[in-house]
Amino acid sequence: MRIALVCAAAIVAVAPLAVSAQERNTGRDLAASCAMCHGTDGRGAVGYEPLAGMAKADLVRKFTEFRSGVKPATVMHQISKGYTDPQIEQIAAYFAAQKR
Amino acid sequence: MSRIFDRRDFLKLSGAAAALAAAGCATTSQKARVVVIGGGFGGATAAKYIRMWDPAIEVVMVERANIFTSCPISNLVLGGSKTMEDIRHSYDGLRRHGVQVVNDEATAVDAEKKLVKLENGGELKYDRLIVSPGIDFMFDQITGYEAAMKTNRVLHAWKAGAQTIELQKQLAAMKDGGVFVLSVPLAPYRCPPGPYERACQVASYFKKTKPRSKVLILDANPDVTSKGPLFKKAWAELYPGMIEFRGNSKAVGVDAQTGTVKLEVEDVRGDVLNVVPPQRAGDIAVKAGLITANNRWCGVDWRTMESAAVKGVHVLGDATLSAPLMPKSGAMANQHAKICASAVVAMINGQAPNPEPKIANTCYSFVSDGEAIHVASVHTWDDKDKTLKTVPGSGGVSSARNAMEAGYAWAWAVNVWQDTLG
Repeated sequence: MRIALVCAAAIVAVAPLAVSAQERNTGRDLAASCAMCHGTDGRGAVGYEPLAGMAKADLVRKFTEFRSGVKPATVMHQISKGYTDPQIEQIAAYFAAQKR
Repeated sequence: MSRIFDRRDFLKLSGAAAALAAAGCATTSQKARVVVIGGGFGGATAAKYIRMWDPAIEVVMVERANIFTSCPISNLVLGGSKTMEDIRHSYDGLRRHGVQVVNDEATAVDAEKKLVKLENGGELKYDRLIVSPGIDFMFDQITGYEAAMKTNRVLHAWKAGAQTIELQKQLAAMKDGGVFVLSVPLAPYRCPPGPYERACQVASYFKKTKPRSKVLILDANPDVTSKGPLFKKAWAELYPGMIEFRGNSKAVGVDAQTGTVKLEVEDVRGDVLNVVPPQRAGDIAVKAGLITANNRWCGVDWRTMESAAVKGVHVLGDATLSAPLMPKSGAMANQHAKICASAVVAMINGQAPNPEPKIANTCYSFVSDGEAIHVASVHTWDDKDKTLKTVPGSGGVSSARNAMEAGYAWAWAVNVWQDTLG
């Protein structure tokens, strides 16, 4: 009984995070592109903003502000125009889930 | 799951490959073995990311050099603001990811038996093979090149390493008032802005040490092939009267005796001759039957980087037949490697590869020791034309050269080395 309860709790904890392998990998693959400048998984880079552990809403906001030109940039205004809203969401979700 | 290794294979092996195989023996629980040929930006990144994304896959990387030497930033060694030490990096970071680094030369690929043959003896069996061989030179396109190269009378310095050091030495030995001739091949070649950055760096060195000297660019292309207006402005403003650019000036020969580069219509004399020959995919790509275009480049499926010619073999980096508007660069090779790593991990696990990969490129050039410029692009899968295409409206170049970009450029180098090797 006790074991069953523990299992049930575990399932509840995991369920909201469950996504298909493909969905998960799409965000991961898109985010991998950023790693060249921002560090592998958004960690450990010098001179560029660390992305690992950034709140999803913050990253989405910054990315879309680069894209609209609200936020000044040297490169990101050009890169960000290559990404759609859903892609930005996926990238932000991936980095938000990474340990700082 | 596929079998990766058995006793019979083991008995065929020797040297480094045998030691490796012995290690492999202890880990037969690995679900598959990926062999990577070439430890440059493409190969090293692929090796690392496959291990990161599926540690149950065994990755063996074969690289002839025991240390990584970066082409990006190598022009700054000529300029004098960086040293060879700055551009050399160990493969230990890859080893920490569990990549088995074999210091050897891959001499042949048997795609039917799924074997890579090594120069020092032995063979490596693979489930999937990644070939990231960079470029080799078509010396036969320039009469007299190979003979002149033997005495160092002509240099390419288009693979960073011994030739970079030799070129630096020759520039140091050149008299004030001498002429540095830099010959650029027709595009496509490795690193489109590279020659023009080199012209800046050599001029920067001359300006400080031998200000009466000249940089003469003989370009086979009609005009500067990358970041043209930004480079020309930098040449005029930072090095007035020092850099001369001549388009439509293809080198067809080199004369070591007279120190001349032969163009189609005239001969040009120089004190230091830096002739960059036309290029093709590295030798192992030729031997493995991976060349599909103009006897030079390897066609790939951009969703997986799998060869258009040989199944089970993926090709990365400068060796590929470039997608439209995609430069041959270390940055792109790093990005190719991630498409490839994702696809290889998916395929080995019986999943469909990412159906629409998207990658980004940022490429910096230093126009002096303190200012830089960039070009950026985003490349996305186009299902109609079955290739990667730039996203309309994205990408671009710097508005102007500046010191802030130089800071980003150096940080870019440190970070891409770390992402590739660390």
